[in-house]
Amino acid sequence: MAINPKKHEMPTQEPQVRSHNFDEVALGYTEEIAIAEAQRCLNCKNQPCVNGCPVNINIPDFISKIKDGDFEGAYRVISKSSSLPAVCGRVCPQETQCESKCTLGIKFEPVGIGRLERFVADWHNENATDAPGKPQSNGYKIAVVGSGPSGLTCAGDLAKKGYKVTVFEALHTAGGVLVYGIPEFRLPKSIVAKEVDTLKALGVDIEPNVVIGKTLTVDELFDMGYEAVFVGSGAGLPNFMGIPGESLKGVYSANEFLTRSNLMKSYLKNPETPIMKGGKVAVVGGGNVAMDAARTALRLGAEKVYIVYRRSMEELPARKEEVEHAIEEGIEFRLLNNPIEILGYDNPDDKFDPKNGFVTGMKCIKMELGEPDEKGRRRPIPVEGSEFVLSVDTVIISIGTSPNPLIKNTTEGLEVNSRGGIIVNEDGLTSREAVYAGGDAVTGAATVISAMGAGKMAAIAIDEYLSSK
Amino acid sequence: MYKIIKKRILNPTVTQMEIEAPLIANKALPGQFIILRVDEDGERIPLTVAGTNKQNGTVKIIFQIVGATTEKLNHKNEGDSIQDFVGPLGVATHIKGLKKVCIVGGGVGCAIAMPIAQAVHEMGGEVTSIIGFRKRDLVILEDEFKACSEKLHLMTDDGSYGRKGNVCVPLTEMLEAGEKFDMIITIGPLVMMKFVVEAARPYGTPVTVSMNPIMIDGTGMCGGCRLTLNQDGKKVTKFACVDGPEFNGYEIDFDEAISRGKMYWDFERHAYEETCNLFKQA
Repeated sequence: MAINPKKHEMPTQEPQVRSHNFDEVALGYTEEIAIAEAQRCLNCKNQPCVNGCPVNINIPDFISKIKDGDFEGAYRVISKSSSLPAVCGRVCPQETQCESKCTLGIKFEPVGIGRLERFVADWHNENATDAPGKPQSNGYKIAVVGSGPSGLTCAGDLAKKGYKVTVFEALHTAGGVLVYGIPEFRLPKSIVAKEVDTLKALGVDIEPNVVIGKTLTVDELFDMGYEAVFVGSGAGLPNFMGIPGESLKGVYSANEFLTRSNLMKSYLKNPETPIMKGGKVAVVGGGNVAMDAARTALRLGAEKVYIVYRRSMEELPARKEEVEHAIEEGIEFRLLNNPIEILGYDNPDDKFDPKNGFVTGMKCIKMELGEPDEKGRRRPIPVEGSEFVLSVDTVIISIGTSPNPLIKNTTEGLEVNSRGGIIVNEDGLTSREAVYAGGDAVTGAATVISAMGAGKMAAIAIDEYLSSK
Repeated sequence: MYKIIKKRILNPTVTQMEIEAPLIANKALPGQFIILRVDEDGERIPLTVAGTNKQNGTVKIIFQIVGATTEKLNHKNEGDSIQDFVGPLGVATHIKGLKKVCIVGGGVGCAIAMPIAQAVHEMGGEVTSIIGFRKRDLVILEDEFKACSEKLHLMTDDGSYGRKGNVCVPLTEMLEAGEKFDMIITIGPLVMMKFVVEAARPYGTPVTVSMNPIMIDGTGMCGGCRLTLNQDGKKVTKFACVDGPEFNGYEIDFDEAISRGKMYWDFERHAYEETCNLFKQA
């Protein structure tokens, strides 16, 4: 049988429909499509895809279970390596990981591994009846700081080995960036809640409203009898550009804008937490977070949304699929444009005009690309005299974050690098005995799956450390 | 859930509650704050800690009913619970080594100023307190301030109690008369704090101000609470939740902070009216 050169298309909501709602964009494979896609897998002996996966899921094995129609069996294969399959199937950049290594990809499109993973996880969540049993306890207590992807992975892996794990979360809901950052239309909150429930069934305790570094310190966790601590406290404070006007009303960091919409549910009809809706919106930056912010603004009712990025489409760091979705939905990309000032309303005749201090526009300068920098990315250079004003009501700044100082400031002997990221060795061990770290708190803003990879690695190291003690 | 152990109405618009939160009670110091949500889907609001009782494991908060969330909170009674209560957040007031301090509180800000006055007093420092209110009905914590202050100036805008005038009047008089303070610590409406800084400026007395910008997470993630500081002629962005809430009053861009505080005025007014109507119907 000839191999279908293309991946089976992912059914999605129509762009003109989905740009007005917060429901999930991608609808997922049916059983029939999943089996047909699974049949494209060559089941190669050397399994290059597995090496492309940061948590080393046995990909050919779970795909062959799908071929046989044994979806629960496929789930069991994935869950051996991943604590959050329904999340990864949605937000992993498979095109640069497992799928980039797929043998089929040399001649054709690679197998849709991410789509199949998502299918398996969703099938399990819908059809599985038996909850996972609690493993036999080994008596050791572990504290995990933060319930984002790295923390949940570390907690899940240790719980499966019999450790008694408590996850401390600063916010009121578990999930970290999966609930405050990634929007509903890309990752429904019910999916995250389900994955968290699975961990709870394994015996993991989740303590919300505890800020480690404030409510309790890392040292106090040891005093309380925890024998190892994993710090997965996330990315931290948003960066701003340092241009005039960034404190005008209507200027948000992407973190704030997304937190208001996602975590605080400002997207609902009568929210308790306010957010600026409608009008014209400029999102500054070109990463996945910028795409999320732009598409959220659109769904909140913006009449026009711009992505303003100082390099060209080629350098844009967001996932291709997210960029394509954004373009389909009508987001306008203003590339090779760099903001130099945000302009605000100022009524010279009335100091008390309520419109004073609200954003009216953003002054930008056009850029051209020069020689590549040390990372190989072509450096943008301003084109003299090319300034122009983009008329906007809201500006969302999405140019990265700097690590949160709370744990560093309260944990003696915990070393951080010049950017504030926690320094760890190859096992995720920090400069403090029995304190491990991973995810954005170590690397600065990165992907969900790399954070999960770090959580997994630390879980192995913690297990080895405590079993040899 | 966090239980309301005690509730006391301080005046028609200001309520005090003691909330059961042992971990926070154990840690909180004067100047720090908590964030709470009254119920599921509620807004997160920051409130400064007005005191703790380590033995009972309770944290005291004092709030003015200014909007939908505080209105809802005020409808809760002893024995009821609130959804979320997290802290202590922010940096505690730096009072170490202060021998002579002037505490300037305005309105509900006095609730936050009071534990600082107490802490300085307990440390053996000399406290002069100036507390200001719009009118007699709104006066709070007079006895508490008396107990920890060498001198207390109570001001009302309309002269219905204490002395008539704003808090800057006695402050300026004292500074003019040659009183020297190691520090003026002021907490109240932004406009008041701005004028306290201006009153102190000619004398070069250090001023600490307690900022209360709009916040969401309060842990250094969203950046909504950012303030602009002028430090040695350079504009610097600081975050009230992790760098503050207290700052050097001479460095704060008050006009910007005042403007940013009004970002959601329209929304807040509507939400407040709707909530009030809801309670009227009930």
